[in-house]
Amino acid sequence: MILHCESLTQTYLSGGRPLTVLNDITFSIKEGAFLAIIGPSGSGKTTLLGLLAGLDRPASGRIVLDGEDLGSMTEDQRSVLRAERVGFVFQSFHLIPTLTAQENVQVPLELRGEPSADRAAALLTRVGLGDRLEHYPAQLSGGEQQRVALARAFSIRPRILFADEPTGNLDARTGATIIELMRELNEESGTTLVLVTHDPGLAKLAARTIRLADGHIVEDTGSPT
Amino acid sequence: MNRVRFILRMALRESRGARRRLALLTGAITVGVAALVAINAFTENLRVSVNHEARALLGADLSFRSRTPLPERAREIIDSITLPATPGTAPGASATKVEFSGMAFVPRTEGVRLVQVQAVDSGFPYYGEYRTVPAGAWAALQSGGKVVVDPSVLSLLGAVIGDTLSLGSTQLVIAGTVVDAPGNAALQSAFGPPVWIAGRDLEDTELIQFGSRADYEIFVRLPSGRDPDAIAETYRESLRPLRIRIRTVEDDREDLSDALTRMGNYLGLVALIALLLGGLGVASAVHVFIRQRLDTIGILRCLGATTRDVFAVYMLQALVMGGVGSLLGAVIGVAVQQTMPHILGSLLPVTVEVSFSPKAVLYGVGLGLWVAGMFALLPLIGIRRVSPLVTLRRDVETGKRARDPLLSLVIVALVGTVIVLAVVQAGALLDGLSFAGGIGVVLVILGLAAKVLTWTVRRFLPARWPYLLRQGLANLYRPANQTVTVVLALGFGAFLLSTLFLIQHNLLRELQVEGNSGRPNIAFYDIQPDQREGVERILTEADVESSPIVPIIPMRIRSVGGRDTASTESADSTLSRRDSWALRRVYRSTYRDSLVAAEQLVAGTWWDDDEAGANPIDGARISLDAGVAAELGVSIGDHILWDVQGVEIQTTITSLREINWSRLEPNFFVVFEPGPLDRAPQMLATLARIEDPTARGIVQRRLAEAFPNVTSLDLSMVQNAIQGIVDRIAFAIRFMAGFSLITGAIVLIGAVSTNRFQRIREAVLLKTLGATRQQVLRIIFTEYVALGLLATSISVVLASAAAWALSRWVFETAFALPMPQLIGLAGGLVTLTLGVGLWSSAEILKRTPLEVLRSE
Repeated sequence: MILHCESLTQTYLSGGRPLTVLNDITFSIKEGAFLAIIGPSGSGKTTLLGLLAGLDRPASGRIVLDGEDLGSMTEDQRSVLRAERVGFVFQSFHLIPTLTAQENVQVPLELRGEPSADRAAALLTRVGLGDRLEHYPAQLSGGEQQRVALARAFSIRPRILFADEPTGNLDARTGATIIELMRELNEESGTTLVLVTHDPGLAKLAARTIRLADGHIVEDTGSPT
Repeated sequence: MNRVRFILRMALRESRGARRRLALLTGAITVGVAALVAINAFTENLRVSVNHEARALLGADLSFRSRTPLPERAREIIDSITLPATPGTAPGASATKVEFSGMAFVPRTEGVRLVQVQAVDSGFPYYGEYRTVPAGAWAALQSGGKVVVDPSVLSLLGAVIGDTLSLGSTQLVIAGTVVDAPGNAALQSAFGPPVWIAGRDLEDTELIQFGSRADYEIFVRLPSGRDPDAIAETYRESLRPLRIRIRTVEDDREDLSDALTRMGNYLGLVALIALLLGGLGVASAVHVFIRQRLDTIGILRCLGATTRDVFAVYMLQALVMGGVGSLLGAVIGVAVQQTMPHILGSLLPVTVEVSFSPKAVLYGVGLGLWVAGMFALLPLIGIRRVSPLVTLRRDVETGKRARDPLLSLVIVALVGTVIVLAVVQAGALLDGLSFAGGIGVVLVILGLAAKVLTWTVRRFLPARWPYLLRQGLANLYRPANQTVTVVLALGFGAFLLSTLFLIQHNLLRELQVEGNSGRPNIAFYDIQPDQREGVERILTEADVESSPIVPIIPMRIRSVGGRDTASTESADSTLSRRDSWALRRVYRSTYRDSLVAAEQLVAGTWWDDDEAGANPIDGARISLDAGVAAELGVSIGDHILWDVQGVEIQTTITSLREINWSRLEPNFFVVFEPGPLDRAPQMLATLARIEDPTARGIVQRRLAEAFPNVTSLDLSMVQNAIQGIVDRIAFAIRFMAGFSLITGAIVLIGAVSTNRFQRIREAVLLKTLGATRQQVLRIIFTEYVALGLLATSISVVLASAAAWALSRWVFETAFALPMPQLIGLAGGLVTLTLGVGLWSSAEILKRTPLEVLRSE
């Protein structure tokens, strides 16, 4: 089991009042799986993703990521865990604007102290940007930026990849290419894929779908085993 | 190691595209470091020069100084110490110098001028040199009948070398001018330029008469093997009751070194302000920079960078820029150091050799780096709280988090830094603390005022005002505004300059005699009683209205309240130097039946009333200056026994007066009731007002011819001399304060460029919606005029309060606000703000809408 969460609850203060965003979420994912979390806006998808990746702490409940209990780790320990085993793809790409495409891909490798330039170049070539290594994010189109983000996410051969609406800012055709690329990389490296989306078409590509509404799981198409 | 490499790379790459903003951060530090390095290096040079020249400054190994001709006892001591230390070696030597003022008169040109006469024996100076034109004139002096003069004497009297100069009752030939005399600083010549005659010619001048002020000093060159400081130590105490002061080279060196170091320290404090303002600029630049980097920080955190990694990346950037700024500042500081002799030169008693001071440079660079680091820490500490969640949602609520304890620690460290720096730079704990406290108070008031005023604008901005005006004013409180920072940085510089200007203005205003109708502008003194009628006749013939002639009687205190001065001094070791001076000094007192305009009775009663507190009246009634009474520790009803030329006179204090000393009038610490002193040996003085300078010269000449011993002091010249000195000191301070203003302007530029992009977008939007360049310009214009007015008006009000307080309690002068000049100064500062604002906004006007929309 690469990821297991149990009785997850998350509340936020909104206008001074506690607001329950997630309520008693429990599920597990096995290694190498492709899971889609879907639901309408405000259903708690992104919050759940943030908790699973250790970006935030739940109000209550327990998360075990690749054998590590996130609840017992400090913020910096969780950072190190991410640096070593977790990849991210975001809706708005989140490339560092002052770094070139190649340097952006290098960041996670450099954090681990691994030789980075060649691998970054190879990955960018793999996603079709071999000739754009020295370009800055502002000089790339949306689709190209997301491909750089994919290269970055896969640079460390993550055990698990979290993707938050990765095609949300792209037109349908570009989006499809990105998803295709993601699946290919997923298969090549055996990475577990957790995808958050409100697009049912995209969710169909996943082997398993969890549907959220008002912070509850209302549907789970498959069990981990 | 891996992490270190990551941090280094990231810091370097991440600075791309922000280097212009970071360069401003550099600039803010540069100016302060430059000012500090310049003044500290120069002070260091000054100290070296003083050490180097100290012996030449005194011209001897030690000297004995007194207000009266030195008594036999001193002579005996000098004879004994100049004997050879071991038989067969050369003996030492001694030479006397008598210094007094007198009227110099050149018959050929009819020029007349008050001069400081120095009658010196042959051999002086034993060390150092009086350089003359023509060379050799100094040595020729001792052949008698000659005088060498300060170059200014020639131009003032219209004389040339070779002319005859009348000095008292004697005629001397001007043998040359002294172009370089050791230790002759501008301050000494406020009461007339110096002239030198031979000691043997002194008697012929007949200028030393009863009541004349003269200083007597015997300079001693010791035979080899004798230690001047040991000798001074041996005799200092025993000569004190005789009112003889011993000076050694080491004393001079210490006194001068202390005084100059103090001056350097105070100017250094002004420089420190520039650096601290620069720190403020760093804090604000880093704050804005970090706010723009929140996304990047979130991404890095998501990708697995720890809080420490991210913090290190940005701290490194700030330190590198601070370091570059400090180094650049050191280079500029060394350049400015070369100009310091021109700025301070005429105030200094030594010629300063400017040389590189590694200590000052290291101190400056270190301080710059430290200040940059500390002030950057303030906004950077918040980075630790940036959650990786910002990558998923912008609206992460951070409000629920408790206050960061580290932030409080940083603030404490920052305040501690400011205090330590102030104390170190001031060289004294109390001075440093009050300086740091003063900075704190001014900054807090400036900050609060800025907040209150922006709130007021926001709250009460009338909706029916024209749109452009409202938009411009709204920029003062819009999100991400820099109003408080700008008001702090610019306002502090403006505050310094305004305070300085106000103090200078008020000090000089008090001295104003020219054009100040009714106030006397010339004083005549050293008049002997038998010359009274003659002097009055000359003044009447010249149609001069003079004040009544007042008698002046020199006297000393024999005992206070029954305890004689010697026992009081030795019994009370807590007496400060100044208090003991009040006991030992010569009092030049007068007697009269009424108060004068410069005086105000603050305690007791004038002669008309007989009450004198608990003590019965014993002897004559006197009125004391309140300050002197405090120093002597006496009050109404106490008794003072005076020694008036060997005759004892018992007195009782019946009143205390507050005296306005800044009015150039004959004021007296001690005034006797008429009667008891009528027959005491005395000299007379009077004041007059002669409007026309030519007429003033004629009266002076007539008096000099008829009564060579009578001294006339042209107060307008004294005023000019003092004004010259005050101007030069003020210029030096203003020069240092200018650095603060430059820093303020840099911080302003930084603040403007901070939200440049937001402004460009807004201007473009306005242009897209149909606004003309003219209208956009008007909005910018309104904003910066408002900002300038805000910063300037707060600081001018604060400066007025500070200057009033300083005038009232430190300088003890009356205070007036020179409105026209103040408005001019404020106008200049507003123009500066507007200029910087418009200059930095140039790009906003240049960009076309399409360019901006494309770049998004």
